[in-house]
Order: sequence, then C-alpha cells, then structure tokens
Amino acid sequence: MNRYPLWKYVIIAFALLLGLVYTLPNFFGEAPAVQVSSAKATLKVDEKTRERVAGVLHGAGIEDSSLFLDSTGVKVRLRSAESQLQARDVLEKQFNPDPADPQYVVALNLLSNSPRWLTSLHALPMYLGLDLRGGVHFLLQVDMKGALTKRLDSIGADLRTLLRDKNVRHAGITREGERVIIRFRDGQTRNAARTVLEDNQPDLLLAEQGEGDELRLLATLKPAAIKRIQEFAVRQNMTTLSNRINELGVAEPVIAQQGADRIVVQLPGVQDTAKAKDILGRTATLEIRMVDETPGALEAAQAGQLPFGSELYVERGGLPLLVKKQVVLTGDRLTDAQPGFDNQTHEPAVHLTLDSTGARIFKDVTRDNVGKRMAIVLIEKGKGEVVTAPVIRTEIAGGRVQISGRMSTVEANDTALLLRAGSLAAPMEIIEERAIGPSLGAENIEKGFHSTLWGFAAIAAFMIVYYVLFGLVSVIALAANLLFLIALLSMLQATLTLPGIAAIALTLGMAIDANVLINERIREELRNGSTPQAAIHTGYERAFGTILDSNVTTLIAGIALLIFGSGPVRGFAVVHCLGILTSLFSAVVVSRAMINLLYGSRRKVESLAIGQIWKPGNTARA
Amino acid sequence: MEFFRIRQDIPFMRHALAFNVISLLTFLLAVFFLFSRGLHLSVEFTGGTLIELNYAQAAADLEKVRLGLAKAGYTDVSVQNFGTSHDVLIRLPLKADQNTTKIGEAVMDVLSKEAPGATLRRVEFVGPQVGKELAENGALALLLVVIGIVVYLAFRFEWRFSVSAIIANLHDVIIILGFFAFFQWEFSLSVLAAVLAVLGYSVNESVVVFDRVRETFKKTRGLTTPQVLDHAITSTISRTIITHGSTQMMVLSMLLFGGETLYYFALALTIGICFGIYSSVLVASPLVMWLGVSREQFVKPKRQIEGANEDGAVV
Repeated sequence: MNRYPLWKYVIIAFALLLGLVYTLPNFFGEAPAVQVSSAKATLKVDEKTRERVAGVLHGAGIEDSSLFLDSTGVKVRLRSAESQLQARDVLEKQFNPDPADPQYVVALNLLSNSPRWLTSLHALPMYLGLDLRGGVHFLLQVDMKGALTKRLDSIGADLRTLLRDKNVRHAGITREGERVIIRFRDGQTRNAARTVLEDNQPDLLLAEQGEGDELRLLATLKPAAIKRIQEFAVRQNMTTLSNRINELGVAEPVIAQQGADRIVVQLPGVQDTAKAKDILGRTATLEIRMVDETPGALEAAQAGQLPFGSELYVERGGLPLLVKKQVVLTGDRLTDAQPGFDNQTHEPAVHLTLDSTGARIFKDVTRDNVGKRMAIVLIEKGKGEVVTAPVIRTEIAGGRVQISGRMSTVEANDTALLLRAGSLAAPMEIIEERAIGPSLGAENIEKGFHSTLWGFAAIAAFMIVYYVLFGLVSVIALAANLLFLIALLSMLQATLTLPGIAAIALTLGMAIDANVLINERIREELRNGSTPQAAIHTGYERAFGTILDSNVTTLIAGIALLIFGSGPVRGFAVVHCLGILTSLFSAVVVSRAMINLLYGSRRKVESLAIGQIWKPGNTARA
Repeated sequence: MEFFRIRQDIPFMRHALAFNVISLLTFLLAVFFLFSRGLHLSVEFTGGTLIELNYAQAAADLEKVRLGLAKAGYTDVSVQNFGTSHDVLIRLPLKADQNTTKIGEAVMDVLSKEAPGATLRRVEFVGPQVGKELAENGALALLLVVIGIVVYLAFRFEWRFSVSAIIANLHDVIIILGFFAFFQWEFSLSVLAAVLAVLGYSVNESVVVFDRVRETFKKTRGLTTPQVLDHAITSTISRTIITHGSTQMMVLSMLLFGGETLYYFALALTIGICFGIYSSVLVASPLVMWLGVSREQFVKPKRQIEGANEDGAVV
C-alpha cells in the first residue's frame, strides 16, 4: 500500500530538477558590468553601438569577459571592479564627448554570472530589492486636483473661443473650483450656448442656474472625462520621469504606477538623493519658433556672425539650422501628442493637440507663413534641441497639428514621446523617500542568510536526532521546499527584500509542522499496535486533513497581508503565501515518495527508524 | 528519543476556570497598557524622517549630535544608538512649515560641522497621508484575517470552534501589542506583518486540537466533553511543543543573527509563538467547552429522506 506509481516519481523528480535549474542562477553571484543605453528617446542602441563599445574597449586595452546587446542596451561583463571603473570612464569619454549634453547612459551594473545555457532557459537570479543592494526609493503623489484645474482652465479658454466663433454673447466665463461658470443675460442666448456646447464639448456636463438676467450655465467634467484626464496625467508624468532618470545613469531604474495617483521610482545604486530629487523635479519646456531662412544668414552664422534675433541649432540628423529667438508657442499650449499616420500619404506622423489659445495663434502663424519652416525646440537644463523643423504646407486651424515627412514609425513614436515628455501633466510631490547605503544592503543580505542558515541547521539537527530516518526524510523535504520556493521566486522574477528573506525563514520554520504532524501520527499508530506499513499509510492519510486545515488558515493571513500590505509587507506576504503552497507539496508528496522508496517495496518491515516509541506499560521498542 | 511519555490523559479541563481567569487578567493588563502607554509607532505610521548614520572611526557621541541638531533648530528630535555604538538613529517628526523632502541633506550638512565623521546609511521619509493609510490598511488586514478564519473554521468545523479559536488568537494578538506598549518597543510595519502571521499560525494550533476533538467524538462513545478535550490535547501535545519548538528555533536564529531590522519582527513572533501554545490549548479548548460542544454535533443522525418508504428506497 505504500507504493507510488512510476508517474508520481517521475513528476517529483521533474519538479526537483526544475527547482534545481531555476535556483542555480542565484548561486553564481554577480560580476561587475558596464551598461551603455540611450539617454534620448530618439537614439537607438543597436548592433552598431555594440561594435563601437567593443572597439572602444579594445582600443583602451580593457578585456571583457562577455559583451552583448539586449533590449535595454549594450552590456559588458568585466573581470574586476577596477576594470569596471576604467571601462566606464573610457566609454563615458567616447560616447558622451559633451558632458553637458549626454547622448548615452553609461552606468555601472552587476550582471549575473550564471552560464549561458541557464540564461537561455530563462533561469535568472532573483532581483534584489533596494534594502539588499542599496539605492533610493521615492513614492510620488500626482496632484490630480492640479491636473483637473489645469484642464478646466484650458476648457474655459476653449469655451470663450467657441462661443465667440458661434456668435453667442455671454456675460463672462470663470472657473470656480471644479466647475466652469458661464453667465448670460437672457434665456435664449443660454439655450443657444447650451446647444453649441453640447455639440462641441462632449466631455462637459451642463446644468442651468439663476433667474432673471442673472442666468448661469454650470459646466463640470463628466466622470469618464475626469478618469481619462487623470490616467493621462499619471502616464505622462511617468514618461517624463523616465526620460529624466535616464540622465542619472542608473542601470535598472523602476518606474511604476501604484494605485490611481501614485508613482514609485526606485533607483538601485544611487546614493545622491539630492541630485536625484533635483532631476525628478526639473521641468523641461517645448517651444515652437520660426526658422530664419534669410539667404546667406546660415552661412554667416556658421562663420561666427550670428544675425540679430536668431540662434544656431543643430537639427536632429546633424544639419545646422538657424532659428529665430522669438517664441511662437510654448509647450504649455500642447495638450497631447500621439504618433500616427498621415491620412493622405500614409506616412508616419505625429499628431499634436493644442488648446484653444494655442490653436488660434497657430492658425494665424501658419496662415502668414505658408511654405516656410517652423522649428519645434525642446529646452532642457537651458539647452535647446530642434526635434524637427517641418515645412508649413497650408494654414492649420482647429488646434490639430500634424508633423510628418522624413520620419520612420519609430521616429514618430519617439518624437511624440519627447513632445509629451517635455513637461509634467500635473504637479507631483514626494510623499515617501527611502535611501539605503550599499554597505547596509550587503549587511542585510548576510544577516538574512545567516538567520535562515542557522535556523535551518538547528531544525535539521533536532529532527534527525528525534525522528532518526524519518527526521532525515523530513529535513530533505524541507530542503526541497526551500528549493521550490527559491525556484518559484526566481521564475516569477520576484524582488527579494529583507522581509522576504525573513518570510523564507519563517515559512521553513512553520513548514516543518506538517512533517512533525505526520511523524507523530505514525508513532501514535505504532504505539496503538499497527504494523509498520499500516502505520505509515494511516499516519500520512490522517495527518493530511489536519495539515490542509492549518495551512489554509495561515494562507488566509498571508492573503490579507498581500491585499492590504504595501512595500516591504507585500514582499513578506508573497513569499509567505508561495511558501505555504510549496510546503504542502514537499512535506506531503516529496517526503511520502522518499518513505515509499525506503519502505514500500519491502515485503516485510520489522520496524521503522522513527526513533524510540514509548508505550505505556512497557519500554520495548516497536 | 521521545520526550513525552504520558500514561493517561492530563486533566486540563479540570483547571479550565483557573486558566481562563489568568488569561482574562493578562488580557486586561495588555489592554490597560495599550491604552495607558499606547504603542510606540514607527515613522512608517506616524510620518516623519528617519536617518541612520554610521561613525566608522569612534563610537558616536550622541550628546554632540543632539546639541548640533538643537542648535540648527531641530526640536523634538530623537537620537539614539541603533544596534552598535557606532550607529546612530535620528528621528524627526513631521512639520508643516519645513521642507520635508530636503531634511535628510540638511541634517547631514549640520552634522558634518557639529559632529563630523558620519556616513549616511539610510534615510526614510514618510509623508503624513502615507502613514494614515498604512494604519488603516493594517486594521483592515487584521479584520479580513479574522473574518476569513472565522468563516473557514465555521465551514470546516462548527461555529463554536471558530468563535473560540478566534477569541483565543485575538487574545494572543492583544497580548503581543500589550508587550509592545509596556516596553515601548517600536511598532513598525514588519511587526504588524509578524502579528498577522502569528494570527494565522497559532490558529493552526487550535485547528490541530479541534481536529482531534472531532475525531474523538466520532470514534469513541461514552466520554464526557471534558474528557474528550483532555484526550485531544494530550494526544497532540507532543506535536504542539515540537512544532512550536522548531519554529521558535528559526525565529531565535533571526533574533540572534537578523540584526536590528529583524529584531522586533522576531520578538513579536517569539511572544506570539509562546502565547500561541498557551492560548490554543488552555484558552480555546475551555471556551469550546463553555460554548457547549457535544458529541451530537458531529455524529450525523440518520437522514430521513422524504417520501421514503419503510425499506428506505425512494420510489
């Protein structure tokens, strides 16, 4: 009765093998590495960049142990921390000749040392949390009210233009709190305005108020529109943040949304919180200006004689361009930028949406300058860059602007991103900040590791002394549990934190419960006079119900922590919950398989090596 | 090896009343301390700034640090050693008028003049809204665990069991909190995680005993309820002690090697495990008895199928 069919052994062996393969990468440690990635959305890191990196390192006589290109950039694994620093300096010098205007991010990184065959199986080591590797963590709160009032202000301006265009005479438009109020002197005008607004502003909810000649129309945003504006604000702020963080030279920054209105930024390895905060809080602006196309002026400017009222810029692609200092429009007037295609030519294009004031200015300027070029300049840290300088083909009205021509789909995407990323959609505030030094991180790993190791050793020693062979089997099952847990965490690419390590330790301490239950039950059966084989069978059978019940209650607590916990507590909860699941398998199935292998095939079992069985009334061994 | 050589069932239930009185007293004491002293909540809950410094050269001069900070206008500052004499932990409360996001750097500036030689190990800043949310979420998590466990046990066993199990374990939770209030240990997020883990874990204990109670009720006849409970506790006591001992070994290892960060986490678990044994055996079981559990609730009476004839077959 204590035999498993072959397929069960095969499954267990397969699970153990899988566990081993996915746990392995964690043991190879990490090698110092340098990573080269693009600092600008418009610049792609490709095979050519890889060759260039290899060339630069070869030229400087720095030997690398591997060099490859992946989705984030070119990564170079180096032999020592010293050559890592050398390589970083050399690459920085070659790739960013102008430190004020970095084109690439050259960052120090750590790469797993695991062999390639493991990596190709997607067996990657767990990601270490900030408390284990050092770095900065920010939690930013996006001011949703700010985003809404900004939008309402521009809607107010839109309404003014709209009503004037339709010849509806109002007595003033103001924004009070979260609504826009339009005043009228008579009901007829109000009705006319209402029809106009309903046709042209689908996002607004209209309500009438007032009597006599004090009539008002209250416009508020529809809930769906509010939701859209807020989602857009968070998304745009995240894009902006990631662009800015690129400049910090962080190898693996994490920028993620948390809840409806919060953004988490994690910068591993960064120590300088002041600089990080400066960069996160910086604003970039977008300007639209006219290109100075006076014949001969460009040549004169390149020779050093800059015409009055113009500036020399280098267009993306490397062509010099003379741009007038006078600003036509600023990025404040831009409400959206999306990549798309030209309706007629089907060329890749970027669609810009301007607010009403912007649209009016744009209409006037384009009408007066058909056939001329206008430049879109992105200004960051006081330095401008011409993103694109298209030729104006016709007058453009309605605030919908399309930039097209000489663009690939990728470039269109990048330009849209860059234009959107220019400024923040809504103000942000840092509401949580955590900075952990690298030495503290290393200490935390060591402490967590030692706690688990010694605790495990103590449990193992006790179990083997107390339950002899069954104790050994329990310990092996517990080790299998650890293996499964780490493999599972590595497969999920979970982030390991100190609370996570504590959860691993605690889960192991609790998981032994299942084996204690089983072993005690077997002893009890023996005490009551069962034969060894029957004792094993009933022991496992009876204990299983209890094990299930007790694990479910623990799981309930784990799930509650998972739902309501945040940050470190959530890490703890994830490990705890997974650990309970793996322990059910390892304590019941794996240990049973071992016992079955040991005893199940024997025809006659005299006794079980489960330690001394004491029976009331005599002291004989079972 | 066999630790437990118990000849007959230990009459736990004979002293049930005494145990319950002791529990009630400890419980009331814990509640009293919780209210009179309150919990020493960490920065995570209250909001504020936490700065950990390390003086590598010599032991840190806390007085100098305090004076330096006071000179720079930081009042209400708590400065203490953290783990070793070289490590210093500075806690600054939230202030409306200060630019909180720059405090970390400002403090380092002050200290580099007043008490030089420090390296910054860790800065934590928590805004007021985050702290409030954490406290709310913590309470919600506790509530969810309690409801979840009550429903599961009621479904799996009997309402009497689920009610007594949850009372016994909430009593553990309150006692852990009482300890933290009495000694003014820092109550952080990880301690909260430990408390919830203990809640799930020590319910285990009650489950194991109850499982045995149910089994004994079903298998044997003629035992009184206290006798059944005594038997169930006695036959599981060795497992209870060994399991908790093993878990405690792991927790002890964390307490010894885990450093300051895991210290209070492990401490909360230790208290939870010790009281967990006590409460599940000596609080939950008497409660089940008072609530009037009996054999009839487990042995299903023969069902009468409607419309069945004398022979029991439905036609």
